Amino acid sequence: MDDARTRMDEPNPLSATVDRHGSPYLAHHFDDLEQQFESARLGTWAFLATEVMFFGGMFLAYTVYRGAYPEAFAEASHHLDWRLGALNTIVLLTSSLTMALAVWAGQTGRRRPLIIFLAITMLLGLVFLGVKSVEYTEKYLEGHMPLLGLPFAWEGEHAGQAALFFDLYFVMTGFHALHMIIGIGIIAVLIGLAWRGRFNAHYFTPIEMTGLYWHFVDIVWVFLYPLLYLIGGIALGE
Amino acid sequence: MAAITAPVSARKHYLNIDYSWRSWLLTVDHKRIAILYLLSITLFFFVGGFFATLLRLELVTPQGDVVQAETYNKLFTMHGVTMIFFFLIPSIPAVLGNFLLPLMIGARDLAFPRLNLLSWYLFMLGALSAVAAMAAGGVDTGWTFYPPYSTRSSNSQVVLTGLGAFIAGFSSILTGLNFIVTIHTMRAPGLTWFRLPLFVWAHYATSLIMLLGTPVIAITIALAGIERLLRIGIFDPALGGDPVLFQHLFWFYSHPAVYIMILPGMGVISEIIPCFARRRIFGYRFIAFSSFAIAIIGFLAWGHHLFVSGQSVYASMTFSAITYLVAIPSAIKTFNWTATLYKGSIAYRTPLWYALWFIGLFVIGGLTGLFVAALPVDVHVHDTYFVVAHFHYIMVGGQVMAYLAALHFWWPKFSGRMYPEGLAKFAAFTIFIGFNLTFFPQFILGYLGMPRRYYTYAPEFQVLNVLSTAGASILAFGFILPMVYFVWSLRYGRKADPNPWEATGLEWQTSSPPTTHNFEQTPVVTHGPYAYSPQEPHDYLPQGVARV
Repeated sequence: MDDARTRMDEPNPLSATVDRHGSPYLAHHFDDLEQQFESARLGTWAFLATEVMFFGGMFLAYTVYRGAYPEAFAEASHHLDWRLGALNTIVLLTSSLTMALAVWAGQTGRRRPLIIFLAITMLLGLVFLGVKSVEYTEKYLEGHMPLLGLPFAWEGEHAGQAALFFDLYFVMTGFHALHMIIGIGIIAVLIGLAWRGRFNAHYFTPIEMTGLYWHFVDIVWVFLYPLLYLIGGIALGE
Repeated sequence: MAAITAPVSARKHYLNIDYSWRSWLLTVDHKRIAILYLLSITLFFFVGGFFATLLRLELVTPQGDVVQAETYNKLFTMHGVTMIFFFLIPSIPAVLGNFLLPLMIGARDLAFPRLNLLSWYLFMLGALSAVAAMAAGGVDTGWTFYPPYSTRSSNSQVVLTGLGAFIAGFSSILTGLNFIVTIHTMRAPGLTWFRLPLFVWAHYATSLIMLLGTPVIAITIALAGIERLLRIGIFDPALGGDPVLFQHLFWFYSHPAVYIMILPGMGVISEIIPCFARRRIFGYRFIAFSSFAIAIIGFLAWGHHLFVSGQSVYASMTFSAITYLVAIPSAIKTFNWTATLYKGSIAYRTPLWYALWFIGLFVIGGLTGLFVAALPVDVHVHDTYFVVAHFHYIMVGGQVMAYLAALHFWWPKFSGRMYPEGLAKFAAFTIFIGFNLTFFPQFILGYLGMPRRYYTYAPEFQVLNVLSTAGASILAFGFILPMVYFVWSLRYGRKADPNPWEATGLEWQTSSPPTTHNFEQTPVVTHGPYAYSPQEPHDYLPQGVARV
């Protein structure tokens, strides 16, 4: 049954009438697993292109306003804790490593390491969100959360422009955190599927695609961290 | 096999294989999903048309008598939102693209059937949100949602409407993604890139815009919504924010979105013209690449919507020049279609009439687009009825005509029945006359200085407004006719052959209507599309059959 395949390079119309379901992982409308995998990979990259454009809108807004109000942005940036940001950067980059290891485990059909690496990745994602919520709480307590009409405690000049910085900070990190939450949810599902032995060396597509997504979310943070936390320069002695 | 021995009426196809609600609402068959889209966007077309009717009624007289200013503002906003987000953008891609793309490339389905179903549910969820906003009092910002009016001042349902457009946007993104992957990975053996029908090329270009443009409007609407909801100030001038930034972001999508609303139509015309002229299409590669040129250059032209928004004059000059560039690929298509017709043996069937309307009306819409792309002329006609007439010539004269052409041309494939030709021709002429009578006077009105988006106007504009409203009633009558006879044909229409037009595309090589898996055998493609040759006794060479 495995031989019943129609390929681009060897046209064989007769084969299409034979039962195509050589593999339990092959959806009805594909000819073979390779075609199915290629489709999933291209689809994921296309989706990531969409995501780049989605975040691109926010980065554009950031660029325009930072270009217009460099001093206010630099000063407002000082009020973010670069140490917590750095910690989160390390946490996320490590999670990318464990995600890559999970993909490797998936490709080579190692079930236990797969589950362990996915679990660590998920855990690191949760640590990131935990640190983020500590930061949000701090901002709230300091009065640097100009949302919902909350009082904005700003001593320096250009309060409006600084508020703009914090608005962008919350929107950009907020959307990033939302992507993290979705990613953690997907990984949780993958762990469940891996637990039930759904993946093997022949079928690991969802793991690889989730990996691509997870790395993308990391890369967004790699841009967010310097643009939000470091633009005013950091004072190591403080 | 049962299909051969049983009577034709008992043949199982995608429509009669299962009649349960479940089998429709949980279907992953691209053809059934296309039908779901067809039903839903037809509904929204008539909802949007209802708002338009009220607008035209109000404009019969110079003073406000049917509605007052506030209601009028809501009516034109909801007309725009419904027609653009819930009819025009999904029209050809989601209905005909969904139905035909896999058939045209010899595939059993799109690459991601479940994602396709999800797209429809997202579309409906978005529509539901917009309808809820309308029920809760409507929205009055114009479909463009410009801040600071939309974020600070408007007392209408901005967030709910924006949410609707936002969610429907993801439906559009996923459809585009599905199409691109399908075209790359699901082509039948032998179907090389330059053997693809031009409909497929046009949909590839459209999908690129959907994929790369739509997320930008998603984040733009999201930012405006967040600004309103959380009371922050990203576009708020009071904080130093810039409302023009919103306009840039908005038009970065919404100008290319115009090409989402016209490129698929161009794909349809490229299929219909060669079939009814019995000629190979003229300049295949030029038409294919011009779709991409339109998509790519279209991404760089958005600033021509900001000529009077305080944009720098050098930026305006650049955007003006880039806008002129878009005319080149558009003209390439128009000339090539005309050249295909030249010396053809033309059969004046309904789809061809609509295709001819498309060419003529698109030329008027396109050329007046060059008027408004010129800086000094634009300052004169900006925000007047001239602009209204211009984009209706593109969107109704272009896309809606192409949509109707496509519905008639592929109706036998959709339903297995023929539509009534005489009545359909009558409707085509009614629509053509009604359309021109509605919108041509608006060019003159705009040029004379009547501004858009007002419920009252100076008394000297009344004659032309009455003409326009009279045209709109003819147009409305014309649009109802196909609704009636398409439904009629489902029961009483003549049964359709697999290939009633003797067309060359792969979709005509399978039964009408097709089975759930489209083809009995995966077809093998041996030559390019549009192999029409009237000189020979059998005047066409069907796709998917070996050359003898």
